[in-house]
Amino acid sequence: MDSYPIWLIIAALALGTFLIRFSFIGLTGNRPLPEGLLRYLRYTPVAVLPALVAPMLAWPAATDGVTDAPRLLAALATVLVGWRSKSLLFAILAGLVVFYGAQAAGL
Amino acid sequence: MPSTTPKKAYASGIRAGLPFLIVVVPFGAIFGVIGMEAGLNIAEVMAFTVLVIAGGAQITALQLMQDNAPTIIVLATALAVNARMAMYSASMAPHIGTAPLWQRALISYLLVDQSYAASVLKYEEKPQWDVRTKVAYFLGTITPVAPMWYLGTLAGALAGTAIPESWSLDVAVPLAFLAIVAPGLRTPAHIAAAFVALVASLLLAWMPFSTGVIAAGMLGMIAGAEVERAMGRRAA
Repeated sequence: MDSYPIWLIIAALALGTFLIRFSFIGLTGNRPLPEGLLRYLRYTPVAVLPALVAPMLAWPAATDGVTDAPRLLAALATVLVGWRSKSLLFAILAGLVVFYGAQAAGL
Repeated sequence: MPSTTPKKAYASGIRAGLPFLIVVVPFGAIFGVIGMEAGLNIAEVMAFTVLVIAGGAQITALQLMQDNAPTIIVLATALAVNARMAMYSASMAPHIGTAPLWQRALISYLLVDQSYAASVLKYEEKPQWDVRTKVAYFLGTITPVAPMWYLGTLAGALAGTAIPESWSLDVAVPLAFLAIVAPGLRTPAHIAAAFVALVASLLLAWMPFSTGVIAAGMLGMIAGAEVERAMGRRAA
């Protein structure tokens, strides 16, 4: 870690993230965006976040990469409850309850 | 007709933001813990959290640094994690695009998963709200979230390595992301995007420095857009 220019990384991520967020709000006013672009952007959250979590759940660093049942069951519970209830709160609570329950049950 | 004042909208935004604390506080704490474990000092951890204010990207950057990825890959992957925020920006623009520039800049800094999701749902429900009311509502949603995000990180950084691994706090990160995504799986196109991205991410895990995550995300976006196009043609 010592070899990284950590303040440069922080500054570049801060600026880059701000510019991503500012992109349309800052520059387009209330003009509508081209439909072709929106069609792809519409799926960024539902594509990028599952892509990000899949390896974390399949090969968790905390278990040295060994797939474990509590994490997979908790993920399933979070998705099902979130999908049915449309509630972030219920989704994460369901996931945590299943995770700690499954761990306590020795799965 | 009595319309909602910006003041009332701000208060109702705060109420909408409060439930997110159950995710934001542990998520911030986790970043604090793993940041310290990775060898950053408190100033660096807090600068990260206050300036970047995007947990997923922050954790991604740290993980890649621990994998010794080149700096350029660290930056590119972490920013790719935040690419979804261009979508947030695009869908906020029609609602608040005429607000003063400084307000739009402030909103841009504070445009996170939680404030975005809560605000856009409300804007769709209340199309008659004027720009000032919409801005006030947005600022309400972020009012509990941002300070508690900073404090959660600080608590995690101070607790540092004292938190026992047996608590398995790490699990809150993927669960929080899934909890954000799941309610958005509204159409077959959304489900296709998520499913393709998930499977592709596992299949592409061999790619160096988590570049498989970026590729998988793009494949998911293409899948979603193509399913939407196909379904739209049928519906039309």
